[in-house]
Amino acid sequence: RVGHDLAPEQQATNRNSVLKIINCEIRFLTGYICRSFTRSSALLTRTHINYGVRGDVAVIRINSPNSKVNTLSQELHSEFMEVMNEVWSSSQIRSAVLISTKPGCFIAGADLNMLNSCTTSQEVTQISQEAQKMFEKLEKSTKPVVAAINGSCLGGGLELAISCQYRIATKDKKTVLGSPEVLLGILPGAGATQRLPKMVGIPAAFDMMLTGRGIRADRAKKMGLVDQLVEPLGPGVKPPEERTIEYLEEVAITFAKGLADKKITPKRDKGLVEKLTSYALSIPFVRQQIYKKVEEKVRKQTKGLYPAPLKIIDVSLYPILQHLSCFFPLSRTFGELAMTKESKALMGLYRGQTQCKKNKFGAPQKEVKQLAVLGAGLMGAGIAQVSVDKGLQTILKDTTLPALGRGQQQVFKGLNDKVKKKTLTSFERDAMFSNLIGQLDYRGFEKADMVIEAVFEDLNLKHRVLKEAEAVIPDHCVFASNTSALPIGEIATVSKRPEKVIGMHYFSPVDKMQLLEIITTEKTSKDTTASAVDVGLRQGKVIIVVKDGPGFYTTRCLTPMMSEVIRILQEGVGPKKLDSLTTSFGFPVGAATLVDEVGVDVAKHVAENLGKEFGERFAGGSLEMLQQMISKGFLGRKSGKGFYIYQEGVKNKNLNSDMDSILASLKMPSQPDVSSDEDIQYRLVTRFVNEAILCLQEGVLATPTEGDIGAVFGLGFPPCLGGPFHFVDLYGAQKIVDRLRKYEAAYGKQFTPCQLLVDHANNPNKKFYQ
Amino acid sequence: FSDFRMISLLTYTLKNLPNTSKWALRFCMRPLSSSSQLQAAAASQTKSKKTLAKPNIRNIVVVDGVRTPFLLSGTSYKDLMPHDLARAALSGLLHRTSVPKDVVDYIIFGTVIQEVKTSNVAREAALGAGFSDKTPAHTVTMACISSNQAMTTAVGLIASGQCDVVVAGGVELMSDIPIRHSRKMRKMMLDLNKAKTLAQRLSIISKFRLNFLSPELPAVSEFSTSETMGHSADRLAAAFAISREEQDEYALRSHSLAKKAQDEGLLSDVVPFKVPGRDTVTQDNGIRPSSLDQMAKLKPAFIKPYGTVTAANSSFLTDGASAVLIMAEEKALAMGYKPKAYLRDFMYVSQDPKDQLLLGPTYATPKVLEKAGLTMNDIDVFEFHEAFSGQILANLKAMDSDWFAQNYMGRKAKVGLPPLEKFNNWGGSLSLGHPFGATGCRLVMAAANRLRKEGGQYGLVAACAAGGQVFSICFTCVTDKTSYL
Repeated sequence: RVGHDLAPEQQATNRNSVLKIINCEIRFLTGYICRSFTRSSALLTRTHINYGVRGDVAVIRINSPNSKVNTLSQELHSEFMEVMNEVWSSSQIRSAVLISTKPGCFIAGADLNMLNSCTTSQEVTQISQEAQKMFEKLEKSTKPVVAAINGSCLGGGLELAISCQYRIATKDKKTVLGSPEVLLGILPGAGATQRLPKMVGIPAAFDMMLTGRGIRADRAKKMGLVDQLVEPLGPGVKPPEERTIEYLEEVAITFAKGLADKKITPKRDKGLVEKLTSYALSIPFVRQQIYKKVEEKVRKQTKGLYPAPLKIIDVSLYPILQHLSCFFPLSRTFGELAMTKESKALMGLYRGQTQCKKNKFGAPQKEVKQLAVLGAGLMGAGIAQVSVDKGLQTILKDTTLPALGRGQQQVFKGLNDKVKKKTLTSFERDAMFSNLIGQLDYRGFEKADMVIEAVFEDLNLKHRVLKEAEAVIPDHCVFASNTSALPIGEIATVSKRPEKVIGMHYFSPVDKMQLLEIITTEKTSKDTTASAVDVGLRQGKVIIVVKDGPGFYTTRCLTPMMSEVIRILQEGVGPKKLDSLTTSFGFPVGAATLVDEVGVDVAKHVAENLGKEFGERFAGGSLEMLQQMISKGFLGRKSGKGFYIYQEGVKNKNLNSDMDSILASLKMPSQPDVSSDEDIQYRLVTRFVNEAILCLQEGVLATPTEGDIGAVFGLGFPPCLGGPFHFVDLYGAQKIVDRLRKYEAAYGKQFTPCQLLVDHANNPNKKFYQ
Repeated sequence: FSDFRMISLLTYTLKNLPNTSKWALRFCMRPLSSSSQLQAAAASQTKSKKTLAKPNIRNIVVVDGVRTPFLLSGTSYKDLMPHDLARAALSGLLHRTSVPKDVVDYIIFGTVIQEVKTSNVAREAALGAGFSDKTPAHTVTMACISSNQAMTTAVGLIASGQCDVVVAGGVELMSDIPIRHSRKMRKMMLDLNKAKTLAQRLSIISKFRLNFLSPELPAVSEFSTSETMGHSADRLAAAFAISREEQDEYALRSHSLAKKAQDEGLLSDVVPFKVPGRDTVTQDNGIRPSSLDQMAKLKPAFIKPYGTVTAANSSFLTDGASAVLIMAEEKALAMGYKPKAYLRDFMYVSQDPKDQLLLGPTYATPKVLEKAGLTMNDIDVFEFHEAFSGQILANLKAMDSDWFAQNYMGRKAKVGLPPLEKFNNWGGSLSLGHPFGATGCRLVMAAANRLRKEGGQYGLVAACAAGGQVFSICFTCVTDKTSYL
């Protein structure tokens, strides 16, 4: 019952999964239009900022119109400057409070559309410089400014906040401070690289800027990133969110007054460890060593594929070298980064991710309140876990008590790990765990709104549980099948109501992997799809919806690449070498390791099935290798041995020397003109990309966006390439077709470029993303 | 921990309860004002007659109740154990009521922080106070409404015909609390107990680490939310936009009224207690009317540095015990007692322990009134438990808010404000003190005694407790004009 999934392991998405931290949403162009003709009377008709004076404290309230979030757009920027100039010139005002009245958002970052609409690095440089000038003025303000933060305070929003003299944040789960720029392939362009290290120390600042990690309010307080916390309030005589913001403002005003009266000092008492650290870091030698160490680590992790992290380290050195006002070099680097392919790819992914977090099928007629999961294996328990922790009542059914117990324990452990990390309290864990009902029979299924089966990948078994379930579930109940390769249409053949049958392909481990691939057959009703997407979104998934077919989208793309993996191994490239070639291309997990993670038996099962369907295009390596591995019990990580040996508690895995004889017995001669390191990498990637584009051509995929999101979030396609479609756009279809033709000459039809790709190569103006 | 207060509604039943129409008529006499009011009152009286004394359910009365003086923790009671205090309350009750010990069918006590040695403190105290060893006793806990729970348990026993005479009470001794060894240390000690050989013992001891010695204190915070009650009260006050000044003013009112009541000898439920090895304690020692200026100097106690809840506007850690004698009415009459009050409708409600931890009285008050068929205007005496000034004021604001009623209580309109002139007129937990387990009985006796003194009919008690739970009760005063005379 384990790992019948083609998904790579957790680390597969270490890098791209951080993308999810970014809460900011792409802002649409709505705000722009108004501005041009209101400029003359801007004073009276500010649209983003409302400003009032309470006693001698100016209260500046930000709330961008027609948007769920505030972003640092040009209008917001100029309105803010206007207001600040008034504050500075008014003799009545002695201090100011800066607050957002938008629920759940302080400022979510720079306006990405503004950045994306820039065509040259000079334009981007300009934006960065202006922001820096503004923030420097703010930092030097003689009238103290208190940033009152409720909700996301990210990127440019954080840079604004740390330019203020004092910060007060609500201790709300939605309040997150962070510098996620690195995840978009850029750097904090408005001073965080200079101010953060001073404020929280070099190690913490690098951690924030290089991982893009979001910091919750209580931790921010401990780090010194915010000076005070305000607890969110409960019900009073108005809605809690509204009153909390009001209260935050009241508290901020008292602090602003206190700062102006010099009753409060913005300086923070540092602990002993902190003092020692900052002393050590003040020694140039120590500091240089640390920068060197960080740089080494970053180089190792990014394999030189991501320019932004290294640049962040570079520019962080500026203030130490030249002291202050190093606007230009920093801004220029910012501008250059924004124009890199990596940044465009990452920004594209970010936009795609935002799109795949929406339900384009609308709200389902009946919201799923009672879920039932069949099969308490790795997948079933994982699905149950991501459901119960969102408050969804879930029945977990298996056929034997030990199997059920193992699944229940998996759910408990998943939740308990969060308690250990202090993201949950033990009480919250218990309340979530009580949403799970484990059982061996179909009791209660008559009240289920959706059943997700996650039993072993065997068509007969799937038919049996479908029939069993349909005997008890109500008419409206959706039956979803979690399978990585069995066509949903075939599963649905035994159903009395095929319009209610759908595929929900989760990736292992379910609680870590963000992707959910939903598969619709021709008979699946739109409401069934809407319901599945709704459940997936509630489970926190990024969702692509594809048409039914062998291997759907994700498995289908991965299989030809896997076939190539076997051939490359047969040609004498060792698993370690192959792993290093693939990871250095940007895959989070090496190709040989991936086979071990997926499970050799599963890989063979899928390869056989899809091989039958797609014939020669999916050929390449010999399945005999997998067969021999299975017969020796080398099933991959789950059996402790595959290409590598896996031992509990041993970090560095060793090669499985027993594989040598298998590899030797199946050895094939390599073709030298297509076997350079680069060729090997491209043989793998082009087969993947070609198949992905064929999926779009055949209509399995509805949009290139879903293709990119599926490849990156489900299969670990290099995020720096942005997914197969971005890759073709950014690197040129012609170059890829050229590669394919070269390999076609050597190996035949497996590398024949599909028509859509050829069309793109023939017409350079044709792009998947306009 | 804060208790909520109970709401007591006292109906003036002129005679006894069996509800003949005669009595309904008498009820109608009472509200004298306008005719429309009269009609309304008549209606409500008729209803109240129906609910307040229920057919087929025995009438249950409070004969009398006493308490030890409530003292600040760490003062004269500091060397006692909880059952010593409870015993003092029981002895005081025996003395006050002269009830023959063998008549008592059952004894129930409430307590919150349990002394491990006397986990059934009711039994230990009863034996020590000279009650018959044939009288069973048990202990209940429900945070700050523990002694309310003791009383209503008694009501249940009597109403169901199991008992006729029950003593209910509560005790808390915050001067001494059970501080434990850490779990690791405890585990090691238990393992050592089981070890049979020296080698086994040594191997267990070798696992000892210095941090095993760090002690474990009883939790001061809500288990489910990890938030302390003072912190929650501060947030509650902020949610209702209650200023520090308002809170200090209310606290001052409580202390001033308590002082006045003490000086005038109105706190008649207090019985003197000769503490072994010390002087006799005769009165509460936490009543300290101060000035607003002085109170304003205190720093916030929970949300620092900008919160509004301070030591001066919170109830303080208190030692004390209380006890009441509850009987079936016919038994009390047969024994020649003149009971003080009928215990009528009561109810427990609970809500969100995070954001509405202390907001219970707002929920419970209208419910118990409806159950009794009364309105806010019918009530003559309100006794609400004062955990924090901010909590009382927040409840008053919530009761006065249509928005709150509509959005959180599912009501069409606000509950309405209890008039302040009828509210905690002899001080409250802020000034008299708040021994968690004992406050419930104090509230009921305060309401009963006030009804007598002030000549009212209905009393209402409400008390909030940790866990977001609340107790409230309506009761009816038995006056001198009743047939018991």
